[in-house]
Amino acid sequence: MSTAEGIYHKAGSLRSERRWALWVSYTSLIIASIIFLAPPAYMLITSLKTNADMANLAGNPWLLTNPTLEHYGAILGNPIFLVFFWNSVKVTLLVVALTMVISILAAFALARMRFWGSQFLATGVFLTYLVPDTLLFIPLYQIVGGLGLLNSTWGLVLVYPTLTVPFCTWIMIGYFASIPKELDEAALIDGATWPQMLIKIFIPVALPGIIAATIFAFTVSWAAFVYPTAFVTTPDQMPLTIGVVSQLVRGDTFAWGQIMAGALLAALPPVVVYAFLMDYYIAGLTAGATKG
Amino acid sequence: MAADGTVDLRGAPTPAPRASTLQRLARRRSSIAFLMTLPLIAVVAGLVVYPAGYAIYLSMLNRRMDAFAGFLNYEILIENDTFWMVVWQSCFFAVVAVLLKALIGFWLAHMLHHIPTKGQRKWRGMLLIPWVIPPALSTLGWWWMFDPTYSSINWVLAVFAVPAVPWLGEPWWARISVIMVNVWYGAPFFMIMYLAALKSVPEQLYEAAAIDGASSTQRLIHITLPMMRNIISITVLFSLIVTFANYDIVRVLTNGGPRDLTHVFATYAFQVGILSGNIPRGAAVSLFMLPALAVFAFFILRGVTQRNREMA
Repeated sequence: MSTAEGIYHKAGSLRSERRWALWVSYTSLIIASIIFLAPPAYMLITSLKTNADMANLAGNPWLLTNPTLEHYGAILGNPIFLVFFWNSVKVTLLVVALTMVISILAAFALARMRFWGSQFLATGVFLTYLVPDTLLFIPLYQIVGGLGLLNSTWGLVLVYPTLTVPFCTWIMIGYFASIPKELDEAALIDGATWPQMLIKIFIPVALPGIIAATIFAFTVSWAAFVYPTAFVTTPDQMPLTIGVVSQLVRGDTFAWGQIMAGALLAALPPVVVYAFLMDYYIAGLTAGATKG
Repeated sequence: MAADGTVDLRGAPTPAPRASTLQRLARRRSSIAFLMTLPLIAVVAGLVVYPAGYAIYLSMLNRRMDAFAGFLNYEILIENDTFWMVVWQSCFFAVVAVLLKALIGFWLAHMLHHIPTKGQRKWRGMLLIPWVIPPALSTLGWWWMFDPTYSSINWVLAVFAVPAVPWLGEPWWARISVIMVNVWYGAPFFMIMYLAALKSVPEQLYEAAAIDGASSTQRLIHITLPMMRNIISITVLFSLIVTFANYDIVRVLTNGGPRDLTHVFATYAFQVGILSGNIPRGAAVSLFMLPALAVFAFFILRGVTQRNREMA
């Protein structure tokens, strides 16, 4: 009798424990969301405020009373901002294309064709991924300068692959290695050559991995900050990140509305990619440690 | 080539020449493979290995870069108070920020794991946003929130009757601000990694533990943590490297100030090497990061290979 009571008691406590846990979960998530989303939300509020409202110390800074698009109009009418945008687009697209060609070819070779030193090279690729850009920017400054590519977007196209290629190769090795060997055997029996095998089998089958790697390369090149800060000082060659930080922030009176509008517009492409391809984005993020 | 072909055709039915064909195929395969990895080798060798070696050479030159100076740059740095402040600040920044990111990420991953699966996607999508915005740009937003006159954070604090905080003006508050922004940016990454790890723990283990009457703390200590140990260590070490070598947040938020008290290795190397034009000394500053990074990298590599072996 007493044991039965004990079990009922236990069941009741389990249910209340579960409800309590759920309540704690939702409270934590709500608080975290408010803190995590407050800075971008405040950037948006600032970008929509009039200058008079921003200077008004009496009101609540988080409230938007007279929304205006004047800062967006001003920033989009600013020719240098459009130059920054174009530079970012150009550099990012070139780097993504270069990265994907280099890493798909290399990952295919490393995952499927064992050759002398291939294991060593795969480990080396992973180690290069762990070398931060802040360790390399001074020697690269000398090297890029020696090639006459300082103050040029081409210099950035040359050095950005150090940020993207190692990780993309690493996760592509993981994706390619997970493709069953029976598929290549069947293709070889049918007389397929290695390039045919790569294009007709590996790329289509590993497409989710390729999308994840492309997203990674895109977001990293778009957000790169150390290299453009070090290598580019003329505004007309700057990509968005350093352009917004160095050219819009100047003088004693900050045009906060324009700065925030510019920063939000600059952050838009990666956020849009994330919004539409969230699952691939997260797959790429977690692949480094869970795959490979 | 033609002679080889005829040999192949004639010898095809007997086993011995077939082996030689296979051998040739293998040899050809490895040369194709080498060609395919050539661009990768060029990037790794030309843009990572060579610059790393070149940095060591640069750090041993004199300021005008026309004579060899041995370890002079290192000696000057070791006797420099600002440099030791940079070392201390980098370590403090990396350790505190990574610890907070790991704890917050672990907590949030658990909370996400507890709620019904249907709602998880929506919350996860929202909570990852800080990680998606390029940090240089979101830090601009923080900078404006820390603005001494118009600080919107101080306004919120004032609602709770907390006195205004001089966020970027006082050295200690500036250090805390830099850490706050880094934690805000990095905690979502930890959350995503730990959530993926939590989802890979087999449900049967928890069921078995529940039957044995394990409490939730016991389940955490005896099932969840051991199963996640590898991912936790890889993520923490990886984040230690990235945080230790961080540049953008400090550059945008404080630019090393007030009075050079918030510089980390990367911003100090930038200031010395690029802005003041002393390339060799700047290279020496950034090379001081190398020992710590090498230790972290060694343990990450060990963790990753261990994990691969476990999963294979």
